[in-house]
Amino acid sequence: MPAESKTLAEPKTLAQKVWERHVVHRADGEPDLLYVDLHLVHEVTSPQAFEALRLAGRRVRRPDLTVATMDHNVPTTGGPVTDETSARQMDALATNAKEFDITLYPWGSAGQGIVHVIGPEMGYTQPGLTIVCGDSHTSTHGAFGALAFGIGTSEVEHVLATQTIQQAPAKTMAVTVDGKLSAGCGAKDVILGIINRIGTGGGVGHVLEYRGAAIHALSMEGRMTICNMSIEAGARAGMVAPDDTTFAYLEGKPHAPSGAEWERALDDWRSLPTDDGASFDAEITIDAAALRPHVSWGTNPAQSVTIDDAVPHPDSFDDDAKREAARRALTYMALEPGTRIRDIRPDTIFIGSCTNSRIEDLRLAAGVVDGRTVAEGLRALVVPGSVAVKLQAEREGLDRIFVDAGFDWRGAGCSMCLGMNPDILQPGERSASTSNRNFEGRQGKGGRTHLVSPAVAAATAIAGHFSTPEDL
Amino acid sequence: MEPVRRIEGTAVPLDRSDVDTDQIVPAQFLKRIERTGFGPFLFHEWRKDPTFVLNDERYAGAQILLAGPNFGGGSSREHAPWALEDYGFRAVIAPSFADIFRNNCCKIALLPVELEQESVRALMDAVLDDPTTRIGIDLETLTVTAPSVQESFAFDDFRRWCLLEGYDDIDLTLRHTEEIAAFEASRPSWLPTA
Repeated sequence: MPAESKTLAEPKTLAQKVWERHVVHRADGEPDLLYVDLHLVHEVTSPQAFEALRLAGRRVRRPDLTVATMDHNVPTTGGPVTDETSARQMDALATNAKEFDITLYPWGSAGQGIVHVIGPEMGYTQPGLTIVCGDSHTSTHGAFGALAFGIGTSEVEHVLATQTIQQAPAKTMAVTVDGKLSAGCGAKDVILGIINRIGTGGGVGHVLEYRGAAIHALSMEGRMTICNMSIEAGARAGMVAPDDTTFAYLEGKPHAPSGAEWERALDDWRSLPTDDGASFDAEITIDAAALRPHVSWGTNPAQSVTIDDAVPHPDSFDDDAKREAARRALTYMALEPGTRIRDIRPDTIFIGSCTNSRIEDLRLAAGVVDGRTVAEGLRALVVPGSVAVKLQAEREGLDRIFVDAGFDWRGAGCSMCLGMNPDILQPGERSASTSNRNFEGRQGKGGRTHLVSPAVAAATAIAGHFSTPEDL
Repeated sequence: MEPVRRIEGTAVPLDRSDVDTDQIVPAQFLKRIERTGFGPFLFHEWRKDPTFVLNDERYAGAQILLAGPNFGGGSSREHAPWALEDYGFRAVIAPSFADIFRNNCCKIALLPVELEQESVRALMDAVLDDPTTRIGIDLETLTVTAPSVQESFAFDDFRRWCLLEGYDDIDLTLRHTEEIAAFEASRPSWLPTA
């Protein structure tokens, strides 16, 4: 963005505004040094960073801007943690948090949950912030109009030591979703549709700004689902301009400003949206009304079709690399071209992950399964994204609806999104999953993942084959 | 960090696009709290296939990995470059890389070299034809050379300078401590704290 830094009079995008206000140091031929307002930490990508600090005799510059939790390794069945290496990694975070004086929401505490679920729900995530975490789905926080990047462990160490991050210039892309989503279509279908259109590398080097009537109409949960999967299009970050929906979500949250500070913050946040006449490096437009529920058939998140379609033939793709990738994917997924998506029968239903484990997702899924029964032979689990989401759902009686229908009701964590805890697919097992990645082995060695929305996951659990709630 | 100027060696042709970091090192191996020892888990599932290219003895000892477009997408895990480095690779040549992966590589002096798809294809063909083909990567002159190929590549100036000199990012940033402190003094009071 510095390459196109603009004078005050020139219109700017949301991303440019947030970027510019965080520049600590700028020099020709160097990446900008940006200040980090919030550093989120989890147990998997941080131990080597803390160890390096220790070896260099360095301290954490701003423990007060650093928040840690445990999510990837935690069992969702109450424990104990039987895997020694998982326990060791969780213990390492507890030790590091204590030694470096960092606030930690450990497994078993009321504040624990998936890092990208607890940040927003506690009000840490706010418009205009720079947020980083050693986790690619940090893009989630962009839903609030924050500039949020996933980083590697060396960068985690850099942020711990300096509270800054070096960032090479980014380009901007406007992703405008016009019109109104049809019934049965949600945020997950929007983002799967976008990734299908621009590809897994379509966003590389860019900060995406999702805009247009269909985005504006979404709840914060829906916006988080969309921003969350920006990385699946290869984007540096994804953002939505803050508006009254954002402010209503934040008001009263424990770490959101209050009183006179709230009013000052609101004035500032209202200045963030992209100015009229600001230009983007790239633009695409999607017609919301034309979207249908999406189901992935392959082994990357761009390989999806609508639920009304059939598994595509590899020869239908326009270049060699895509044809070869499709052939490999179909072999791995054990699918025949031409098979109707609705005829595919999963073995497991997973509702959870940082993409779709918030209260709205659970309410929607519960609404579909209420009074119905999970198809025979199917394993179905619901994993709330945080302890707070779990308790809220239980207050609303959603847990009873799920359990009565035949779902497992679990504790908070990353669970079956990735194979780091006891919730995994067995080799050859097929899932309908509300998570974000259908890579080979992502949910467990040999597992076959189909990415879907919570509505499709819930309906599929009942029908036993891919379905929408309207099909039931 | 040890400075890097030139890498020369044989190469492995991994003719696949969209190789994600879950393939490079699966999640079940991310539980280690050390920075070393990830090499044995590199491409763990694919290596179970005896015909997988990394199992081909003719490519043993290669220092360069040749791959298809969008290499290193998905998870931000630096364990992926750690596994490549620990296995013995010092560079990856591909038509395009995912952003976080490219960043992570530069932090540990594993060179991510981007060439046109046709050039990568030509290198793969050369290496498939003769596995003893040596490829040179020169970070000073920004060139890739092989018997049949001579190409220049682009590389971020700052990253190149850090790699050529072996500079540590944190040391460089700590030169700006006063600017960081001045910035902190100007931050609005409503911003969140833990």
